[in-house]
Amino acid sequence: MILEVKNVTSGYDRVMIVNNVSISIDKGEIVSIIGRNGVGKSTLMKTLIGLLKTSSGEIDFDGANITKMKAHNRAKSGIGYVPQGHGIFPNLTVEENLKMGTMINSDGTQKNFEMVYDYFPRLAERKKQMAGSMSGGEQAMLSIGRVLTGNPKILLLDEPSEGVQPNIVSQMGEIVYKISSELGLTVLMVEQHMGLIQQITERAYVLDKGAIIASLSQEEVKDNQIIKQYLTV
Amino acid sequence: MSYLYQFCNNFSFLILSAIGLSIIFGMMGIINLAHGEFIMLGAYITTFLATAGVPLPVAILIGALGTGVFGFLIDRLIISHLYNRPLDSVVATWGISLIMCQGMRILFGSSIPGTSTPLGSFSIGDGKYSVYRILLAVIALLVVVAVYFIFMHTKIGLHARATMQNSSIASSMGVNSNKMYALTFAFGSALAGFCGGLYAPTMSITPDIGSNFMMESFVTVIVGGTNPLVGTVLSGGVLGLVRSFLEMNMGTFAGRVGLLVVAILFIRLVPKGFSGLVDNIRKKMEVKKHAKN
Repeated sequence: MILEVKNVTSGYDRVMIVNNVSISIDKGEIVSIIGRNGVGKSTLMKTLIGLLKTSSGEIDFDGANITKMKAHNRAKSGIGYVPQGHGIFPNLTVEENLKMGTMINSDGTQKNFEMVYDYFPRLAERKKQMAGSMSGGEQAMLSIGRVLTGNPKILLLDEPSEGVQPNIVSQMGEIVYKISSELGLTVLMVEQHMGLIQQITERAYVLDKGAIIASLSQEEVKDNQIIKQYLTV
Repeated sequence: MSYLYQFCNNFSFLILSAIGLSIIFGMMGIINLAHGEFIMLGAYITTFLATAGVPLPVAILIGALGTGVFGFLIDRLIISHLYNRPLDSVVATWGISLIMCQGMRILFGSSIPGTSTPLGSFSIGDGKYSVYRILLAVIALLVVVAVYFIFMHTKIGLHARATMQNSSIASSMGVNSNKMYALTFAFGSALAGFCGGLYAPTMSITPDIGSNFMMESFVTVIVGGTNPLVGTVLSGGVLGLVRSFLEMNMGTFAGRVGLLVVAILFIRLVPKGFSGLVDNIRKKMEVKKHAKN
């Protein structure tokens, strides 16, 4: 098991958004956390990377307890966080954005850059362009590519489909799937785009009002009836 | 020639006095009202060392370093508790400025013996020009180049720029943003101390020496905006021109008033200063360029 979240509660100031959540992910799996808007999906992701404090519970990553660890140390321990809205640095060039990822783990940096450019040739063409002037889809690719340069052990994807054209979303899904299978990379994705969830997810947790209310197998994820029940308002 | 000399004089004064303030404001969003007192501290350290026999260039560098260390401690003890609280940090830095100014007065009296301006002067026609003042203009340019190099071509500069744009995302990439802020504050303070050290031989050293720099540095930062490089250089250039022209034709007072008028006009017409202006132009150019592709 690479990531284990045990009875975690967290939120902003005194308002708790995530309540007593427990999930576990094995190495190499692609797991989704699904749910409607405002149920606490992004809050849970921010708690996992350490941008929000854990009020109670425990987070174990790669055999270490990281509950009290600060965000920058969690990143260095191998967590690659791709935030909601992509979180690229708009006034840095594409290349500089990618360099930021190497803080996660600077071993084999050049090789990792080449790998990222192979997965996302568009980024190679736009190395010197300011990241803020790129389209939503390109920013999403940059955001994923950026953490890959640091050779992470897990990818935390927070709604990667947001602000991306529908035809690009499935292309992005293909690349994420390819990356995970070729590199053996674990992926935990928060999403509400049904197509993307069904395209790459091996199993899923359903989050509602900050709590896990169901755990779905791959067959259940692929069942439109079941998945719609949890995603539509 | 005298216009050019006056411009160099004003340009170097504006750049050197503002760049530390501008870095702290641009990178951290903190308006450091103790900036003038940091300059004063640099001037005091430099003067003490220079009068004790330490060569002036070494004394100036130690003055900058000492002020940087002092800034680092102030950040750790006070400012770090006020990140993202800009108004509180204004009050705190104002308090620090009062304590520093009065503290110096209590410790060393109302003035200390200074050093004379080195390197002498030369004459061209009717005009007499100080070599040291010309050297200051060269140093101002070198400081700008050094700051540009540090921010644009080093790893720490990249991390600082990323932290400035989005500190949470930078920390989720492995950057310790608190350490980054502390280093930035120390670097800005060191530049203030460097300015104080450089100007120490040109003025009487008193505890309120910082007030001589405050108006100019704040006006330069207001007109320049948040980008410590582009903003400060353009602002220093334009304000230097305005001030030199007014001073040469209408006197020193008119020069100071002119700076304030330009600042007021900028706040009204270009609230984000030169940084915002350049940013808009650059974005428009990028959009055009990619529309063609």
